Amino acid sequence: MRDRTPPALLRLENFSVAFDRSTVVERLSLEVHRGETLALVGESGSGKSVSALGAMNLLPDNARIEGQRWLGDTDLNRLRRRDWQALRGGRVGFIFQEPMTSLNPLHTVAKQIGETLRLHQGLSGRGARERTRELLAQVKLPRPDELLGAWPHQLSGGQRQRVMIAMAIANEPELLIADEPTTALDVTVQQEILALLDELRQRYGMGMLFITHDLNLVRRHADRVCVLYGGREQEAGGVAEVFRSPRSAYTRTLIEAEPAGQPAPVASSQPLLQANDVSVSFPRPKRLFAKRPPAFEAVKPLTLTLAPGETLGIVGESGSGKTTLALALMRLTESRGEIRFGDVRLDRLSGGELRRQRHRFQVVFQDPFGSLSPRLPVSEIISEGLRYHSPSLSDAEVSWRVQATLKEVGLPADCASRYPHEFSGGQRQRIAVARAIILEPELVVLDEPTSALDRTVQKQLVELLRDLQSRRGLSYLFISHDLAVVRAMAHRVMVLKDGEVVESGDCRTVLERPTNDYTRALVSAAGLSPAA
Amino acid sequence: MTPHSTTLTDRLSPITRRRLAVFRGNRRAWVSLWLFLALFAVSLVAELIANDKPLIMHYDGEWYVPLLVDYPETEFGGFLPTRTDYHDPFIQAQIAEHGWALWPPIPFSYQTLDMQMMRPSPAAPDGRHWLGTDDQGRDVLARVIYGFRLSVAFALVLTAGSLVMGVVIGGIQGYFGGKTDLIGQRLTEIWSGLPVLFLLIILASFVQPGFWWLLGIMLLFSWLGLVDVVRAEFLRARNLEYVRAAKAMGLPSHLIMWRHVLPNAMVATLTFIPFLFTGAITTLTALDFLGFGLPPGSPSLGELVAQGKNNLHAPWLGITAFVSLSLMLSLLVFIGEGLRDAFDPRHIQLSAPATPLPRTQTDA
Repeated sequence: MRDRTPPALLRLENFSVAFDRSTVVERLSLEVHRGETLALVGESGSGKSVSALGAMNLLPDNARIEGQRWLGDTDLNRLRRRDWQALRGGRVGFIFQEPMTSLNPLHTVAKQIGETLRLHQGLSGRGARERTRELLAQVKLPRPDELLGAWPHQLSGGQRQRVMIAMAIANEPELLIADEPTTALDVTVQQEILALLDELRQRYGMGMLFITHDLNLVRRHADRVCVLYGGREQEAGGVAEVFRSPRSAYTRTLIEAEPAGQPAPVASSQPLLQANDVSVSFPRPKRLFAKRPPAFEAVKPLTLTLAPGETLGIVGESGSGKTTLALALMRLTESRGEIRFGDVRLDRLSGGELRRQRHRFQVVFQDPFGSLSPRLPVSEIISEGLRYHSPSLSDAEVSWRVQATLKEVGLPADCASRYPHEFSGGQRQRIAVARAIILEPELVVLDEPTSALDRTVQKQLVELLRDLQSRRGLSYLFISHDLAVVRAMAHRVMVLKDGEVVESGDCRTVLERPTNDYTRALVSAAGLSPAA
Repeated sequence: MTPHSTTLTDRLSPITRRRLAVFRGNRRAWVSLWLFLALFAVSLVAELIANDKPLIMHYDGEWYVPLLVDYPETEFGGFLPTRTDYHDPFIQAQIAEHGWALWPPIPFSYQTLDMQMMRPSPAAPDGRHWLGTDDQGRDVLARVIYGFRLSVAFALVLTAGSLVMGVVIGGIQGYFGGKTDLIGQRLTEIWSGLPVLFLLIILASFVQPGFWWLLGIMLLFSWLGLVDVVRAEFLRARNLEYVRAAKAMGLPSHLIMWRHVLPNAMVATLTFIPFLFTGAITTLTALDFLGFGLPPGSPSLGELVAQGKNNLHAPWLGITAFVSLSLMLSLLVFIGEGLRDAFDPRHIQLSAPATPLPRTQTDA
């Protein structure tokens, strides 16, 4: 370094990663200093994770890495295999996104944390156990003594991520690389984990490379930010500065991508869907010769109504029974209670009669990759229900309807003969919407339709859905944990917790002036920007 | 065979066309397929290639088709009204005198005993018997050709039968799950506990098992291996979101199973088919080898193996059996491999150019 300021902790210069012939990261330069958090932001596929993994030589063999890499005053390009092993987990700690798979299910917590201690500090037996307990206390896990012997499957997602953090900081690393550490977690848990990371970073004076796609988190938890798009650095600088006056066009679209606007008001008040005391319970498995334990109540008796053209947002964290409720209302899972759809008692129908009603209520699922059969071309995916429900239509009429529907959801006509894997997530979700609306339903259940999409794509999809609603007078049951999207979509909102409604009412009222503690926690964790 | 004429290709769905392209891209599988089809086609018309009767004859100004019609010996100046033995030197002399006969390239059928042999059997290969004769004086090449046809036909029918049974039973268990699955699984477990080989041996002691007998008994057990695979695939697939979406669309169960679940289960099932196929062939061969298979005299590769074992001084028997079996089984495995890859959508994606850069710009 030419200047005399203390050298950066991690320094990449003209850093490029290429797989086979295609370049994934191009001439990236960044620095992480001690005690600061640098956020690496970008949409999926922008090369965020690849940069971090590449810097630490964690990529497969076919990756070619160019450029300068320094950790403190160690030149990473000159390290040999043994040195890397000492470096990773020792001077650099990692936290990955998926808490469910990054812990080995066959080892106890104590053993997993103890392993890094043994490898890097030579601790074993009592010493390792002492230190592990200390670490568990540091990551604020309750009852560290009991947790030492716990297996990963006994822990919740947030707890597992805390164990991961404990492993990452076990050797007091200089640099912590957190790759989407909270993406798989509920919003309230997200805040706790990030607060913990902030605290640990300050205590140990670590540098943190925080990889995320969520600008809300960047705004609150990072010092500096580096925006990536298509493997190129778009912009870098202090967080406040970048958010106030973004220089690159891409950063600007990213910041403005929060779904905005609100749904058109509803006129009619005659309910389309009316559910009275609907509840869902799953029997728990019975052990041999034991008494059957009481059933698990996924959804406790609740009542809801939905008017034509109205959107009811159902909000809650994972496990709150949102999806189960929707499946019950669509009679896709067993339930008790009365479900009235228009003038039909859905809960009394079964078999063929129920199937003939099904075109009136359709569903769009969360996962754009799982919800389309990979073996059928788009035209067949979309037309399948139509062919079944109106067998009298000729092939020409069906294909005309398919074309018209594709146009309506904003897809080019030539994609009818292509297969799902040729489309991006946002396009697939449009196909799923087309499959639902071609049957001309009165109600569409949207089960987290935007959760797997990038922010900019989310915004487009929300606009499409609102547009379809006003054009066709659709009713939506909109399930989401993302309050920003719910605010842009829903007329009314219902907050679920552990299968119970804790609060419901007009969407804006609930989100702006929540009366329930849980709702308040959700709203504050979501960090909603003030409504436009 | 012209499966690639333009009209037919146009009528194929794009996914079939793509699978075909992937399969053709796999050179080993593609070559194996054609080689196997050629061999099978040859063996299908085995009667025209290896037969102890002339294909066509001109005798005394009249046309005869000995291949299709049995003529009594009296037609050609013989004394007895029995089936003509065209290898008889007297008949041959008569034919040469009064007309001509077109013989197949191998003038022996699988059970023809060569009465004009000057050497003790088993006789080594020579110009008359290209692969020699077995210990009863029958032409080995003719027996291989017929035996190949029989083995493949047996395996084809057995595989098709087990596929249907395995997929139907496994599919029903997997798709409906719960009690259906539980009871079905226990029943198949009990069923699979029956010792097939002993059953066959016991049965062989009081019935003479023919082709269909053997097929029927083996079919009763050969589907068991498929059930687990198909059931597991159906169990997994019934919770996929697109299956749920199909349910939400109101499609009936049988349509969902047929259109959405089965195609996914087919990849795992297809990986099994080459094993089933080769397994059927080896089982038939093994039973023939042990003497519990097809009735004596049938052209069977297993019997040839047994002859090779019993006549170690006649290596052409063992070598022929080994080469023909291993060639057939390897070709089938290569074809199966290619088929499996062609049905796997991930292989299709791999062959497409990779797109590492984000596609978000085209998302709209």
